[in-house]
Amino acid sequence: MPAKPKSPARELLFGDLWTYDPAPETADPNISARYGLFINGRFSAPKSRKYFPSVSPRDESKLAEIALAGPADVDAAYQAAAAAFPAWSGLPGAERGKFLYRIARLLQDRAREFAVAETLDGGKPIKESRDFDLPVAAAHFFYHAGWADKLEYLGHGKPVRPLGVVGQVIPWNFPLLMLAWKLAPALAAGNTVVLKPAETTSITALKFASVLTDAGLPPGVVNIVTGAGETGAAVVRHPLASKIAFTGSTEVGKAIQRALAGTDRKLTLELGGKAANIVFGDAPLDQAVEGIVNGIFFNQGHVCCAGSRLLVQESVAAEVLARLKRRIATLRVGDPLDKNTDLGAINSREQLDRIRGLVASGVEEGATIYQPECRLPAKGWYYPPTLFSGVSQSHRVANEEIFGPVLSILTFRTPQEAIEKANNTAYGLSAGVWTDKGSRILWMADRLKAGVVWANTYNKFDPASPFGGFKESGFGREGGRQGMWDYLG
Amino acid sequence: MRTAITKTPKCYVGGAFIRSESGRVAALYDAGGGFHCNIPQCSRKDLRNAVEAAAKAAPGWAARSGYNRGQILYRLAEMLEARAVEMTAAINVFEPDMDRSHRQAAAEVATAIDRIVHYAGWADKYQALLGSVNPVSSPHFNFTVAEPMGVIGVIAPDAAPLLGLLSLVLPAIVSGNTVVALASEHRPYPSILLGEMLATSDLPGGVVNLLTGKRSDLVSTFATHAHLRGLSAVAGADDRVKLQTGAADSVKRVHLIPAETETDWLSPAAQGLDPIRRHLEFKTVWHPIGV
Repeated sequence: MPAKPKSPARELLFGDLWTYDPAPETADPNISARYGLFINGRFSAPKSRKYFPSVSPRDESKLAEIALAGPADVDAAYQAAAAAFPAWSGLPGAERGKFLYRIARLLQDRAREFAVAETLDGGKPIKESRDFDLPVAAAHFFYHAGWADKLEYLGHGKPVRPLGVVGQVIPWNFPLLMLAWKLAPALAAGNTVVLKPAETTSITALKFASVLTDAGLPPGVVNIVTGAGETGAAVVRHPLASKIAFTGSTEVGKAIQRALAGTDRKLTLELGGKAANIVFGDAPLDQAVEGIVNGIFFNQGHVCCAGSRLLVQESVAAEVLARLKRRIATLRVGDPLDKNTDLGAINSREQLDRIRGLVASGVEEGATIYQPECRLPAKGWYYPPTLFSGVSQSHRVANEEIFGPVLSILTFRTPQEAIEKANNTAYGLSAGVWTDKGSRILWMADRLKAGVVWANTYNKFDPASPFGGFKESGFGREGGRQGMWDYLG
Repeated sequence: MRTAITKTPKCYVGGAFIRSESGRVAALYDAGGGFHCNIPQCSRKDLRNAVEAAAKAAPGWAARSGYNRGQILYRLAEMLEARAVEMTAAINVFEPDMDRSHRQAAAEVATAIDRIVHYAGWADKYQALLGSVNPVSSPHFNFTVAEPMGVIGVIAPDAAPLLGLLSLVLPAIVSGNTVVALASEHRPYPSILLGEMLATSDLPGGVVNLLTGKRSDLVSTFATHAHLRGLSAVAGADDRVKLQTGAADSVKRVHLIPAETETDWLSPAAQGLDPIRRHLEFKTVWHPIGV
């Protein structure tokens, strides 16, 4: 019997053989030329009289003008939310829940339209906004709708009550989904809301106002104010807020915690991460490689729980790196509206500059960079999938959150060393473990200081599953029973 | 007539009885104005040492079973019950109205013992009420467990110097956290006695570390020490701002009870599952289901 050939079988990389025709999603995103502020159930011009442009990262074209909410506008939103609170919190839970069910259904009805708007505004691939952001956003409303008349089961023998007006500030990486994560539990618990979307991704939140109107939600229950950091600061500091919920960077989260010092306002923070994705030698490597790719390249790596630090057991490090290189050569980077696109546009020029800066630091500090050949669109903001091997723990690319499609690869020998390296960070949002051994999964999960541990999978989310961080990745949970507690007193 | 042997108060840190590294003490006088003893005035260095001891004890304490932690806490109740008279006198000796205060002190000690037993019983039960198996809509097994945060800083109230202190310490340690606690500045003596009881209760050294001294010396270090993952404090308005502001540097979990509003420490409302939840992190684990 002839010996097996040592060299791997030749593979067909179809991308080398022909070019793909464009396959753009064409549904009408139904974006207005100009958006006001959604306060007390209707759109109104900002008292600040200022607007700012919302630009598509896809091609740098202007999509709409967005109202810039000043302190007076934020105040009006809080007044409306406070006025709406007694009636909303006084509604029987079953009735309140029906509004959330309606919202879930209406969002499902218009999912394609919202998906296109999300992709245009934020730059994520249409297959992700279509197959992930929209269905999961609708699921969050549907799931939490059912809690509204069951709150007393959450109290562990003590009565529970809504907190009042909640100020919510959300990020640009999952604009509509983060809105759903924030609004659904807050409303189910009987709170009213002042919500501020991120300045680069306000459009789907403003479009969502029409869903609220169509659902017949009473005016003032949800108020949406748009703007940048100053608007966010006004939302956070408003004296009518009973609670602030924030998702974003650890730096801003700390500033909010400081700003609330001395007040009795409640706070939940979902902040940054630098997750370790740990691959043991016995892991099913093809599945692990898919998980690694999903972990870091999902949404261009604009994910707080991205598996941005790959820890590979030394015995398989070379093999995993080779397979990863082969796999990312097939990733398609380009027009996010194209249904074949794997990596869309980087959300903003500022973020692109930050990614470039950190990648440059990785090269300077001596890590080995690999980027597959790929043609990036001439217009718009794009960055190729990037691997760094030979990374040590002191490198900036191993410590700082890059929030882009950049993976840093480190190695380990023993499970103890993997734990030590994985936990050697101020963050603690998520982690991944890949191994065939069940007892090792539970041993690792027990020791990883992270709020979410994905074992032999990565980047999975569900409204029934609590999400949130340890350490400087923030506190509080979103999703599940544990998430509801954070909106009840 | 025999001359009594007076006790030198020491702080209980890392399972040992220490004086402050600062060498400073403050004289404590009884209600009649007579000298009672010198109380160690712990420094920031003492606090950092105590945090180190607590951090060292944390993994082992967290790894114990709930059943075991429950038995150890119950043992503490046994120790306090046996020395209830001594503890009552220790609280009482500083009170001007001896008659009224004796009843109050006795009630405080009895409630403290019952509170220890209350939390001892929680040790193997809170997880069943706070954790969950989550019905996700994809083929994954998904569960959430409550885990201790690590080292918790406690700043005890002046009111109810024993019961207030224990009401903050117990819900933190029952789930496997370790604690560095600062006793009441003005009524520190019960914490000195408590340390002696902790030392004989099978509680591993370093799980509870009790400091005495001036609040104003230590509040800023409690706020900013990055290895303290949570704070549980009874604090006035100024200290609340200091604690929250400093805590933000390391995104510390902070639970503050205003010192200016009276807390009824004797009430059953001052115990339960909610105080335990304050010192827990929730970890959610996903795994695919398949053959």
